[in-house]
Amino acid sequence: MMGLGTIITVLLYLLFVGYLGYRGYRDTKTAADYMVAGRDIHPFVMALSYGATFISTSAIVGFGGVAGMFGMSLLWLTVCNIFAGIFIAFVFFGGPTRKMGHHLDAHTFPELIGRRFDSTFVQVYSGALIFLFIPLYAAAVLIGGTAFISSQFGINYNVALLFFSIIIAAYVIMGGLKGVMYTDALQGAIMFVGMLILLVVSYTKVGGVVEGHRQLTELSKTPSLFGGIGFQGWTSMPKFGWGDPKYDLWWIVVSTIVLGVGIGVLAQPQLAVRFMTVKSKKELNRAVLMGGIFILVMTGVAFTVGSLSNVYFMKTETITGTVMGEDKAMVIAKRERNVNPRPANADPSKPHDPDTKALPAIVMDLDTTGDGNADTYIISGSFVDKVTPLLPKAEITPAGYKVGDSVTVRPRSNAYMRALIKLPDGRYECMTSRIIPLFIRSAMPSWFGLLFLLTLLSAAMSTLSSQFHALGTSIGRDVFEQLGHTKGKIDTVRVTRIGIVVGILLAVIISYLNPGTGFIIARATAIFFGLCASVFLPTFLAALFWKRATQAGVIASMIVGTFITIFWLVLVKSAEASALGVVFKITGGKASILAGHGNWHVVDPLIVALPISALVLVVVSLLTKPLAKEHVDYCYGGPKVEQ
Amino acid sequence: MLGIDDPLIWSAYLLCLLSTVLCVVYGALNWNKGESKE
Repeated sequence: MMGLGTIITVLLYLLFVGYLGYRGYRDTKTAADYMVAGRDIHPFVMALSYGATFISTSAIVGFGGVAGMFGMSLLWLTVCNIFAGIFIAFVFFGGPTRKMGHHLDAHTFPELIGRRFDSTFVQVYSGALIFLFIPLYAAAVLIGGTAFISSQFGINYNVALLFFSIIIAAYVIMGGLKGVMYTDALQGAIMFVGMLILLVVSYTKVGGVVEGHRQLTELSKTPSLFGGIGFQGWTSMPKFGWGDPKYDLWWIVVSTIVLGVGIGVLAQPQLAVRFMTVKSKKELNRAVLMGGIFILVMTGVAFTVGSLSNVYFMKTETITGTVMGEDKAMVIAKRERNVNPRPANADPSKPHDPDTKALPAIVMDLDTTGDGNADTYIISGSFVDKVTPLLPKAEITPAGYKVGDSVTVRPRSNAYMRALIKLPDGRYECMTSRIIPLFIRSAMPSWFGLLFLLTLLSAAMSTLSSQFHALGTSIGRDVFEQLGHTKGKIDTVRVTRIGIVVGILLAVIISYLNPGTGFIIARATAIFFGLCASVFLPTFLAALFWKRATQAGVIASMIVGTFITIFWLVLVKSAEASALGVVFKITGGKASILAGHGNWHVVDPLIVALPISALVLVVVSLLTKPLAKEHVDYCYGGPKVEQ
Repeated sequence: MLGIDDPLIWSAYLLCLLSTVLCVVYGALNWNKGESKE
């Protein structure tokens, strides 16, 4: 439970968010105000909004935890985020998008590409795809935010879900994109300060920049759980090659994390629409400055601190508490559907969990707060010789302790093994998503916990508000208004608001039905990013830079991109395919139809679908009749074509 | 370099900083460059 000071601070934060939402509502007079923030947003507000929308809790806690597990190779994603996601996006995509969007009076990303290619199908198909897949992505962020609030404030998950959703819904529905962007700017500023302090204190804790990295390099010489898939240490790239499981990690890091997310960001509808919210290229130039710094301080810090947390947990951390118990237990190190099928010769009377791989360990339960309940779990050794080198060996004083004694523990554990939770069935599980929060609770001053609470609330709210807004505009403006031919009969803002309500209800229902991190929800962010890149990126590029692209070319490209991505996720890429489950029926229990064939089962769909989708666009465009020259000229700023 | 042995990692670390410097310099040099009307 929280202290009174924390509750008052959070309430003040929510009041400030509410005030900015009201400002957005007050400044909204037209449909353009509601959907593209009146095309007159301040460049720093735009940059902070773009960054805060892009960075959700999964980037800070999720990917930060992955860096704790796999190390600094994730910094290549930060390079991609800054160079492609900010510099290339703002300097090369931003200007033409803003100009074309304004000239064609486009209020949404699907409307922009639909009008550019003079195709209602392109607009409706894009809008429908966004409406189908953003609720999953939004539910992933909503579940993360709700679980965090629920645990921090000690309130029921469903109450937290309702409370959290209503607050965000209120300012998105009333304030439109102005309300979203004003609140994003506040939330982005809080995130910026929080992460900057986290970086400085973390480096101080490990003895400075060079010394911290040197210690991390030294720790990499210890045996690792992930050695079998190519892990070579927290300051090394995984082993590179093809055709052997020991190269899996390289393909996971490079294809899914670095390219899947790094390239996927270029064609996110809720981010591309930001370029249409400023009035000239000058604002975009100014936003580049702030955007680059913001993303460095977000992902660069999360990945660096996640990696460095290993030095702290291994060398520095000391815990005092009361021993509540110590026993042999199974520690789950991997959870994936059917990852551990029951062996044919196994004793059928023994319980077997096919969805987990676990290690035998000796685990100590500690009460560190004095409330009589165990709150910290430390691996103190193993009872199986083969596993012993892989597990931490905690140093506990005084020796000869028993249950009820007060002890001092040095866990001497890597971050992944330190982030243990206890399950109701008595087993324990390593949770990457707990690495960053645990590091903050253990290593940072107590006042920082409150700032980090606001940082994570801000990260979740800023991403969710834009997801909800994109949902509403896609179903309202791009699908209903186009198919229902209600343009001019029913007000666009009213239709969009109804769309937002429907979208929020969908995301809330998914979150209500999946209170844990369900298999599919855990993959939702990767699924959405991969789909956006393969379906929208070639069309977006062609819309801005290739006058010869045809309507048939982009339609073929979008459909091929969709089908290859879905095929790959359902049948080939084992993490998503096993979560969806269809592949098991086809292969008789294997998680990929290409299991055992090279490293295909860990390759991101983007690697296959994006080049094919782009190639289809070029080939079909060259084989089909180009759009009327007058229409193309109009799209690029020429006079309007008379019908 | 920087306490990191693997050149692919320290170069990523430096490229993060260099990309940010590129954004800052570009933004500063083009601060007043870029017309936005009825």
